[in-house]
Amino acid sequence: MQFGDMPTEQRILLPVRASTILGSFAVALLLNFLPWRNIAVVPDFVALALAFWCVRQPRLVGLGAAWCLGLATDVGNGVLLGQHALAYSLLAFSAITLSRRILWFSLWGQSLHVAAILMFAQAVGLAVRLATGADFPGWSVAIGPLVGAALWPVVSSLLLIPQRHPAEPDPTRPL
Amino acid sequence: MEHSPPPFFKRGPAPLVRLAFFASLSFALLVLDARFRYAEGLRSVLALAVYPLQVVATAPVLLAERISAYFGSQSQLKEENTALRTRLLEASLSAQREEAARAEATQLRRLVGAAERLPVESTPAEVLYNGRDPYSKKVVIDRGAQHGLKLGSPVVDEAGVLGQVTRVHAMVAEVTLVTDKDQAIPVQVLRNGLRAVAFGGGASGMLELRFMAANAEIQNGDRLVTSGIDGTYPPGLPVASVSKIERDAAYAFARIACQPAAGVDAGGFVLVLSQDAKRSAYPEDAAARAGKRPGKRKPRRKDGAGDPDAVR
Repeated sequence: MQFGDMPTEQRILLPVRASTILGSFAVALLLNFLPWRNIAVVPDFVALALAFWCVRQPRLVGLGAAWCLGLATDVGNGVLLGQHALAYSLLAFSAITLSRRILWFSLWGQSLHVAAILMFAQAVGLAVRLATGADFPGWSVAIGPLVGAALWPVVSSLLLIPQRHPAEPDPTRPL
Repeated sequence: MEHSPPPFFKRGPAPLVRLAFFASLSFALLVLDARFRYAEGLRSVLALAVYPLQVVATAPVLLAERISAYFGSQSQLKEENTALRTRLLEASLSAQREEAARAEATQLRRLVGAAERLPVESTPAEVLYNGRDPYSKKVVIDRGAQHGLKLGSPVVDEAGVLGQVTRVHAMVAEVTLVTDKDQAIPVQVLRNGLRAVAFGGGASGMLELRFMAANAEIQNGDRLVTSGIDGTYPPGLPVASVSKIERDAAYAFARIACQPAAGVDAGGFVLVLSQDAKRSAYPEDAAARAGKRPGKRKPRRKDGAGDPDAVR
């Protein structure tokens, strides 16, 4: 690595607003509750948003938020209370642990990390369900996290829009 | 002398400590919910909080459907109208015949002194969305406790039995489909009256007749209807048709797969039946009669699913 390598996001961002975070979580929950036709290929949008904010703002969004979102998902989907709460807590923990590393990679490098994180969360959910007596639903459970990781570049550029500086055509501006 | 870090270094407990806290909280909830079912109160409160999001999520889809229906072409509507008229004619014919048959049956039942069958009341409902859970087969419908839904009510669509209401919230209810792995439904072969219990096949989307002797009188294409023996499902509703039978001499039981009659994976409108059946009480357990464990029956119901114990 050359000296002076910067994280991919070279521009200095505005501080994040709480309303952006809350709004993105609400939209993610909404997307999860949409009546999808084929749920196997639909990524878990809440997990994706959670991973994003845990990577970007590990001091603002953490395990508490993850746990509450998990509980809401559990209730909305009518599954065992605590299944998604556990999976999202572990997801948030791994995302926070990796947050310093992930941002040094390009967007596609980041999405490889995110694939691993989302897969881990899915595996936790799978383990919980298998332990409580469900059947293995087939390898299609692995598609969702991969699609989610593929969406990472889109999601991360969308969610960063509110923090970007307005375009100022001022060549003398230092930053 | 004690030094404490300046306030901007305070970051709360370490992440690992937080993880341990939330993970154990989740485990506690899981155990409470899966083993003891103590978490239902918390669940219904949270369900009320999530309900607006669910409504908002399904609203655009409903709106789009309505708009496309509004702009549906004339010929399409005409075609549909004709088809519906034909079906109405057929249905009214069979309804007339059923009315006569029912009158006759009532008379006969009165003659032999059997209990009359009660009329079944039904609540129409719409499927909001399929459950997102790949491990179980559930749908969420837009009627709940506020509309008088009761736990355990059977749910049918126009073709047959869809499932059973297994969780009732204030505004929505969860229906476990007959194809769910934990769901069982007592059935009867329409052709010869043979009774059996159909279990959900889980991911395969089929039903399975378990514990049928290898030489059981059953053949491909046999239609299965509810036997009504459990007091939950009214008798005579179509459930499935037998699609595959494997008779292997190595096993005592045949493997019988059935195709569900109802469109279990398609959305749309359903009917929730409610029947205040005058069902006689189950006979006491032998153990309870012997006085070993008076009044102590282990609740074996899982998810409120159709109880295989009911068929004895």
